[in-house]
Amino acid sequence: MDNQNTLLNEVAGRDYRFGFVTEIETDFIPKGLNEEVVRIISAKKEEPDFMLEFRLKAYRKWLTMKMPDWAQLKIPEIDYQEIIYYAAPRQQPKYESLDEVDPELLSTFAKLGIPLEEQKMLAGVAVDAVMDSVSVKTTFKENLAELGIIFCSFSEAVKHHPDLVQKYLGMVVPPNDNFFAALNCAVFSDGSFVYIPKGVRCPMELSTYFRINAKNTGQFERTLIIADNDSYVSYLEGCTAPMRDENQLHAAVVEIIALDRAEVKYSTVQNWYPGNKEGIGGIYNFVTKRGLCKGASSKICWNQVETGSAITWKYPSCILAGDNSVAEFNSVALTNNYQQADTGTKMIHLGKNTKSTIVSKGISAGHSSNSYRGLVRVAAKAENARNYSQCDSLLLGDHCGAHTFPYIEVGNQNSVVEHEATTSKIGEDQIFYCNQRGISTQDAIGMIVNGYAREVINKLPMEFAVEAQKLLQISLEGSVG
Amino acid sequence: MAESTTFETAGQRIFSLFQKNSALLNEGAPDFLRNDRELAMSHFQRMGIPDRQVENYKYTDLTRLFAQENFNRSFRPASFDFDMQEVFTCDVPEFDTHLLFHVNGWYFEQNKTDQFPAGTIIKSMKRALKEDTALVEKYYGQIADASMDPMVALNSAFAQDGIFICIPDHAVIDKPIQIINLLHSEEDLYVTQRNMVVVGKNAHVKLMFCDHTLAVHSFIANYLTEVILQEDSIADIYGIQNQHNGTAYLNGLFVRQERNSQLITNTITLHGGITRNHLHVDLHGEHANASLYGLSLTDKDQHSDIFTSVIHAQPSCHSNQIFKNILDDSSTGSFTGRIHVMPGAKKTGAYQRNNSVLMTKAAKMNTKPQLVIDNDDVKCSHGATIGQVNEEALFYLQTRGINENEARLMLMFAFAHEVLTNIRVEQLRHSIDRLVNKRLRGEISRCHDCILECIR
Repeated sequence: MDNQNTLLNEVAGRDYRFGFVTEIETDFIPKGLNEEVVRIISAKKEEPDFMLEFRLKAYRKWLTMKMPDWAQLKIPEIDYQEIIYYAAPRQQPKYESLDEVDPELLSTFAKLGIPLEEQKMLAGVAVDAVMDSVSVKTTFKENLAELGIIFCSFSEAVKHHPDLVQKYLGMVVPPNDNFFAALNCAVFSDGSFVYIPKGVRCPMELSTYFRINAKNTGQFERTLIIADNDSYVSYLEGCTAPMRDENQLHAAVVEIIALDRAEVKYSTVQNWYPGNKEGIGGIYNFVTKRGLCKGASSKICWNQVETGSAITWKYPSCILAGDNSVAEFNSVALTNNYQQADTGTKMIHLGKNTKSTIVSKGISAGHSSNSYRGLVRVAAKAENARNYSQCDSLLLGDHCGAHTFPYIEVGNQNSVVEHEATTSKIGEDQIFYCNQRGISTQDAIGMIVNGYAREVINKLPMEFAVEAQKLLQISLEGSVG
Repeated sequence: MAESTTFETAGQRIFSLFQKNSALLNEGAPDFLRNDRELAMSHFQRMGIPDRQVENYKYTDLTRLFAQENFNRSFRPASFDFDMQEVFTCDVPEFDTHLLFHVNGWYFEQNKTDQFPAGTIIKSMKRALKEDTALVEKYYGQIADASMDPMVALNSAFAQDGIFICIPDHAVIDKPIQIINLLHSEEDLYVTQRNMVVVGKNAHVKLMFCDHTLAVHSFIANYLTEVILQEDSIADIYGIQNQHNGTAYLNGLFVRQERNSQLITNTITLHGGITRNHLHVDLHGEHANASLYGLSLTDKDQHSDIFTSVIHAQPSCHSNQIFKNILDDSSTGSFTGRIHVMPGAKKTGAYQRNNSVLMTKAAKMNTKPQLVIDNDDVKCSHGATIGQVNEEALFYLQTRGINENEARLMLMFAFAHEVLTNIRVEQLRHSIDRLVNKRLRGEISRCHDCILECIR
C-alpha cells in the first residue's frame, strides 16, 4: 500500500507541460458582459445582420437562464462580469503564407507539438489553430479547396459562405439549449467551419488546435461541421492553456450535421491546464457538443480523451434522426489531484433501425471526482433501435470518487438497450502477476491503465492515438512507466 | 406555470388540512411526535408535491394525483366488528402464518398476538407510542429522513397508526408474520400508515406485507416502514402488492442494518394503479449483507416505480439488487437505483441489475441505475437491459412443438422466476410462482380473492 501511495504522490507531483505564456500583443475589449459587448464583438468580426440578431437573441435568453447545478461538480461561483470576452492576437488576420505569421506564435505551436510547417509537409494534416478565440492560420486550405472542401475559420465562413452558416448555425445546438450554449452563442469569437461537399471523401485529417493564452479571458469558440450526402471527414481537436492561478472559462459549442450516408468522426484530445496539485487554477471546460445524423444511414462518431481542465462539463451527444443512422461515443476521462469531471453522452434515437454504442472509461486518482452521465432515449417511433453502453471506472487511491449516472428511456417494444457499468480498483492480483514476471509495480500500473483505455485509444486517428497515449502517461507520471 | 399553481393549491390544501386537524392527529401522542410532525410538515412545504423537475420523481409525476380533491381522510379508525380472520382467507394454500390485519392504515385491535415468544412486542403504533415511548422515540424518523423526500415528510406529518413489532434478542419467530393491509371504504380515501420493526440481536424473523383493496373506490396509500436490524439478526421482508387500478400506492421501506445482520427483501407488484416502492438500506455496521429483489408486472395504463438507495457506510458490507419489470399494454415503468459507497467503506461489494421486457409498442420503461463511489477498495457493478423475449429461444421452443403463445409465456415466466427463487418461504414461493403465472396469462384482472365484482 505504501509503495502505491508513494507512486500516487509522484503522480500528484507531476507538472503541466504546456504551461508557458506566449508574449504576443493582444487586442482586448474591456471585461464584462452586456449587450454593448455583444455588439462590439459582432462589429469587430464585421458580421452580417443575421449574426448580430443571433447573438442578441442568445444573450437575452442567457439573461433569463440559471447556471446548471445538477452535475456531480462543485463549481465555485463564476463572476461573468470579470471575464474578458474577446482577446485576439493583434496582427490578425491577414496571413497569406507562413512567413507572415508572428514567429512567436509559430514557436508557441511548435512547443505544443503542432509544427505547422512540418505537418504541412509530412503529416498531411490540415490545421486550423485557434488562439484566444481567433483562428490564426489554416493550413492546406488551397489543396482542400480543389475538392470543394471548405475548411476555414468561422469568421471567414461568415464572410464568404453566409448562406451555409445561416442555414446550419444553431440547427443542432439552438441558442436556448442550455446556459453555456447560450453564452457561447452570444459571445463566440471564432472557431472552425467545415463543409464537405457531396460524395467527397476528405483526403486528410482536419485538425484544430485551441489555446487560451491571455489572462482573464474566456475562450468561446464554435465549430460547425457539415457533411453533405455520401461524404466523409475525420476531424481532430486539441487544446492547451498556460498555467495561471485563477480559473479561466472555456465554453465552446460544436455542431455536426451529417446528411444522407455521410460519416463524421470527431476526435478530441483535451488537455487544458488542470490546476496545480492543490487544485488552484485551471480551466473550466463547459462544452456543448452535439451531432445530428440528419440523413438516412449517416454516421457520427465521437472519440475523446479528457485529461485536462479543473472542471469538465461535457456531453458530446448524437441525435439519430435519419433511418439506419449510427452513432458512437468512445471516451477516456482521467482526473487527478482536485480535478472534477462530469462527462458522458446523450443518444437520442428518433429514426428507425438506428444504432448507438457508448464506451466510457473513467480513471480517477488523487482527490478527484469523475462521473459518467448519459442518456439513451428511444422514441416511440424509433423501431428496432439498438444501444449498447459500457461504462467502466478505475480508481487509483482512496480519496477519489467515481460515479455513474445513466438514464435509459425506452418507448417501444422492439428496441434493445443494454447498459453495463463496473467500478473497481486496479486488481492486486494483476499487479502481483506482473511483479512475478519481473515487471515493476510502476510499469505494471502503466500497462494495466493503458490496456484498460486501449479500446478507446484504438479508435483515435494515428497521430492522436500516439499523443493520447503519451498524455495518459504524463497524467499518471510516476505510476506509469 | 400551470403546474406550479396546481402544486401550490394542492400543497396549501394539505397544509390547511394539517393545521385544522392537528388536535386530532396529536391526540394522546408523546411530545417528540408533535415536534416531529411540525418539522416534517415544514419539510413538506419546502419540497412540495414532486413533479418531474424533482430528480427522484423524474419518471413519476405526483402532481396530477394530488390535484384531485376527491380523497377523504379519516383521522379516527373506522370500527369493524367482524372477525377478520374469518372474512379474509389468504389464498396461499396451507400457509401457516401469524396473521395481523390493518384496515385503511389502522391496526385491527382484534389481532391475536398471544403466540409469540416471551418479550415480543406486537401492537399498534398508536399504543406503542404511549406505552413504549422511549423505544419508539429512539428510532422513529431516524432512518426515514423527512427532510430528504416529500412523501416521507407527508407520512411523518400525518401518520397516526400502523404496526409496531419488537423481536427480543436471540428470539426466532418460527412462522412468518403476515401483515395484511386492507383498503375498504365507501368513499375515495387517503390512507397513511406507519410501521416500525425492531429486530433484536441474533433474532430471526420473516415478514410478509400483503396489500389488497376491497372496494371499488380510489385510494392513495402512503405507507412507511422503518426497520432496525441489530447485530447478527436476520430478516426476510416480502411485499405482495395486489391492488386495483384506482389505487396509488406510495410505499417506503427504510432499513438500518447493524454489524453482521442480513436482509432479504422481495417486492412483488402484481397489480396496482400507480405503485412506487422506495427502498432505502443503510448498511451501518461491518459485514452487513443486503439483498433486494423485486418483480413488477404492469398492464393497461398502470405505472410502477422502484426507487432504491443502498448506502455502504461501513467496510466489508455486501449488497445485491435484482429488479425485473414486465410491461404490457400502455403501462409505464421506472427504476432508479443508487449505490452510494462512502469514503472508508473498504472491501465493499455492491451489485445491481434491472432487466425489463416490453410487450407492446405503447409500453415505456425508464431506468436510471447509479453508482456513487468515494472509495477505491470496491467491486461494484450495475447493469440494465430493456428488450424483448429472445427470438431465438422462442423459435427453439416452437421447433419443439410448443405454440408461440405458450412459448412466449414460458420465457416470460422463466424471466420472472429468477427473482422469485430468492423467496425463502417455500409455500409462499410456490404460491407466488402460481400467481405470477396466472398474472402473465392475464387471469388476474381483478385482485385475487376479492368477492367484489370490481370493474377496475
